[in-house]
Amino acid sequence: MVQNFFAPQSNVMILACSGGSNVGQLSNQAAIELTQEGLGKMFCLAGIGGNLSGFVQSAKDIDQMVAIDGCKVGCAKAILEQAGVPLQEYVVVTDSGIEKDKNFSLKAEEIAKVKSAVLDACGTGAPVAADQTSKTIGCCG
Amino acid sequence: MEIKILGPGCPKCEQTSKIVAEAVSETGVEANVEKVTGVMDIAGYGVFGTPAVVIDGDVKCVGKIPKKEDVKSWLTK
Repeated sequence: MVQNFFAPQSNVMILACSGGSNVGQLSNQAAIELTQEGLGKMFCLAGIGGNLSGFVQSAKDIDQMVAIDGCKVGCAKAILEQAGVPLQEYVVVTDSGIEKDKNFSLKAEEIAKVKSAVLDACGTGAPVAADQTSKTIGCCG
Repeated sequence: MEIKILGPGCPKCEQTSKIVAEAVSETGVEANVEKVTGVMDIAGYGVFGTPAVVIDGDVKCVGKIPKKEDVKSWLTK
């Protein structure tokens, strides 16, 4: 993780609710894979929820952000509101027709569906190839 | 007052350091300014990118060069 931490490319902040259900974990897995594929970089929603200034200020200062909630309870959205962070792009996993349950055996086709919804929300046709992400430490944008 | 400039040393980090130094000088506040360049040290502040400015433990801006007037307002609050 550290090697790409300050990579200037693909500077979309990805925040997932990562909640305790299939859809919460689908949000998490989609965020991981989109990060690996170079769409952006997953960031710690928990740090924002904990009101830690580095995390909150980072979310306030970022130009492009997508928040992924598993369900309509909207915990990620609520955390951002609580922290005074403007919501930008927003995806709810259940809006893609995936039902919420407690089965944590995530299906590849459902992960793909969530990733597709995120890419649509971000107006991105396809993720950047992983080998295009920086392997060096540099300053942000 | 403890001020930390987070960044590995790119031109934007240097510009941020310059602006902070000018703001400190112009406001006359007593401040110790330190550059934090180590990746793991920077990561410990929970910032998404650099440059970033931390004043007395509070992260004030991330991923951009701050305006001098903003820095002055942080220093004098």
